Amino acid sequence: MSLPSNIDETVELLTRGNYAADRSLATVIFLALKMGRPLLLEGEAGVGKTEIAKVLADALGRRLIRLQCYEGLDTGAAVYEWNYQAQMIEIRLAEAEGVEDRAGLGKDIFSERFLIRRPILQALAPAVEGPPVLLIDELDRTDEPFEAYLLEVLSDFQVSVPEIGTIKAEHPPIVIVTSNRTREIHDALKRRCLYHWVDYPDAARELAILKLKAPRASENLSRDIVAFVQKLRSLDLYKNPGIAETIDWAEALTALDAVSLDRQLVNDTLGALLKYQDDIARVAGSEAARILEEIRLAARAAA
Amino acid sequence: MASGRRAENLVHFARILRRAGLHVGPRQVLDAVEAVETAGIGRREDFYWTLRATLIKRHEEHEIFDQAFHVFWRNPKLIDKMMSLMLPQTEVPSVESEEEKSRRLAEALFGETALHREEEGEIETDRSETFSGEEVLREKDFEKMSLAELAEAKTAIARLRLRMDEVRTRRTRPAANGPLIDMRATLRATLRSGGVIPLKRRSPRRRTPPLVVLCDISGSMSAYARIFLHFLHALTNDRDRVHVFLFGTRLTHVTRELKHRDVDEALARVAARVEDWDGGTRIGETLRRFNVDWARRVLGQGATVLLLTDGLDRDAGEGVAPEIARLHRSARRLIWLNPLLRYARFEPKALGVKALLPHVDEFRPVHNIASLAALADALSDAHIERKPERRAA
Repeated sequence: MSLPSNIDETVELLTRGNYAADRSLATVIFLALKMGRPLLLEGEAGVGKTEIAKVLADALGRRLIRLQCYEGLDTGAAVYEWNYQAQMIEIRLAEAEGVEDRAGLGKDIFSERFLIRRPILQALAPAVEGPPVLLIDELDRTDEPFEAYLLEVLSDFQVSVPEIGTIKAEHPPIVIVTSNRTREIHDALKRRCLYHWVDYPDAARELAILKLKAPRASENLSRDIVAFVQKLRSLDLYKNPGIAETIDWAEALTALDAVSLDRQLVNDTLGALLKYQDDIARVAGSEAARILEEIRLAARAAA
Repeated sequence: MASGRRAENLVHFARILRRAGLHVGPRQVLDAVEAVETAGIGRREDFYWTLRATLIKRHEEHEIFDQAFHVFWRNPKLIDKMMSLMLPQTEVPSVESEEEKSRRLAEALFGETALHREEEGEIETDRSETFSGEEVLREKDFEKMSLAELAEAKTAIARLRLRMDEVRTRRTRPAANGPLIDMRATLRATLRSGGVIPLKRRSPRRRTPPLVVLCDISGSMSAYARIFLHFLHALTNDRDRVHVFLFGTRLTHVTRELKHRDVDEALARVAARVEDWDGGTRIGETLRRFNVDWARRVLGQGATVLLLTDGLDRDAGEGVAPEIARLHRSARRLIWLNPLLRYARFEPKALGVKALLPHVDEFRPVHNIASLAALADALSDAHIERKPERRAA
């Protein structure tokens, strides 16, 4: 699958991949693909940042290589590691055979044969179907030292292994970096990327997403769900429900054979939507009833 | 349009953004030129998103960008004329209100004449919108601090070195008797020695967790807040990962202003940012703003929170309890500094105080330099870790 040659084709590509993208997102993805630059996606948890990379890999027929970040992530887990057990055995065997050439042995056990490739190194390797999509997920979870290391990788697409030398990608991978913004990513890294803030979708787009992702929910129910969630997001909660929560909720309600929202149903299933006890306590009961009432009025006015 | 002319316009546009205080480097401009070539300029919408993806790197910047985009690309000629009026850029704060953003842009586009007009209008609108007429909307004058007082505070505070308690990180460093085995170093040593395997070890690194300071600057606190700001300035410049917020009737993030090396300059910048000096306090409301807008961004990695307030609340403690409870659950350690503790017979009677008290890990006086020094010691005491660190299995 070749890369899209303009923005319209990018929109099509994402639509084929079952992702309801708006034009702004399609524009930055097109630019990232065309200019060969990493794309930094920032936004609240659950707005579909990770999904973008998955869909992109799928639609382009490329391999998806995912690097989940966490505090203390080091090169051993992200880039490469030596296979120590195999190296130890090799040394013992060499000693048993009475090999005297220590320098030669050193060279031998630090060769590619004993190298374990972690996600970043895998992403630099050539692939028949074309360069893979490298997803560096939740970069804000890791610490500054790893971010600094990424600078080299993302600007030159090369990695240096002291024992072997520099490994450079012939064709750079498509890099998607995501951040939930639990802390600010360093400017130096941001400058190397194209930047896009992924926002909560508006009602029309959220409905489109729901149709794609939770097709078993009835039209009526989907409308209710989207209207309810959109109202919730204006309530100034500690944690607004993301698209992922909307989909979960739709699935939960479908599993309960619901055809439309009512007060009891909302109270019983609110846990699929809100994840903070403070938020649940605030919404459950009278607040939920008030929102439901508003939705009914708006629906009647629109009809 | 010839591409040369287009590039020229882009450079011009970038210059305006820069004057409006955005961080637009030469690299971004080159990117923008390349991106526009790549995407074409068929649709205005595409053109907008193309420039936005390349020229801005922070979510907060997009509002200024929007305004500049719509003014500039509607009629660049008009801006050309106005450019000649431009004055050198003034200092700009990082996060600001709507009016400030517009003012910055107007300043960048039209020079200082527009600025004055805007400012007059702004004060009026602000008065009508703020929480109450009692909130004193004026800049706090730091020159009012007596020279002797300032000198004394400065020298004493400069001597305070804060050694914070440390938490274990998941990074390691080589250590002769560490608990972890460094396979890579071990293997290298084995190659050299042959025979026995000389085990090399590593141990976890430790580092100080982030420090978040919430400082009350209302009327009843002003004498202490002034001195405490000096202390916070020393703190902010001494170590990384310090976040400082000031609150009265609203919450203001002033870390960037305090980062300035020169203490007078830093405090002047803070004074310029803050609008609610010496007004009332709305503890519940401002804590809520912190919990909703900032907690997830600054309370990671086991942060310690310093809350400086006398607990006297304009809203009579309304809404304080749930918010302080939430803050307590999100922070590793919550220390309340209360200047009223200097009275030996201080009793927690005010509603705000009663609401805060059950949710703090430590309750300390802070009314003179001695108590500041005691605080510095307390923060460095590694033995009072309230919540045990989570360790990977």
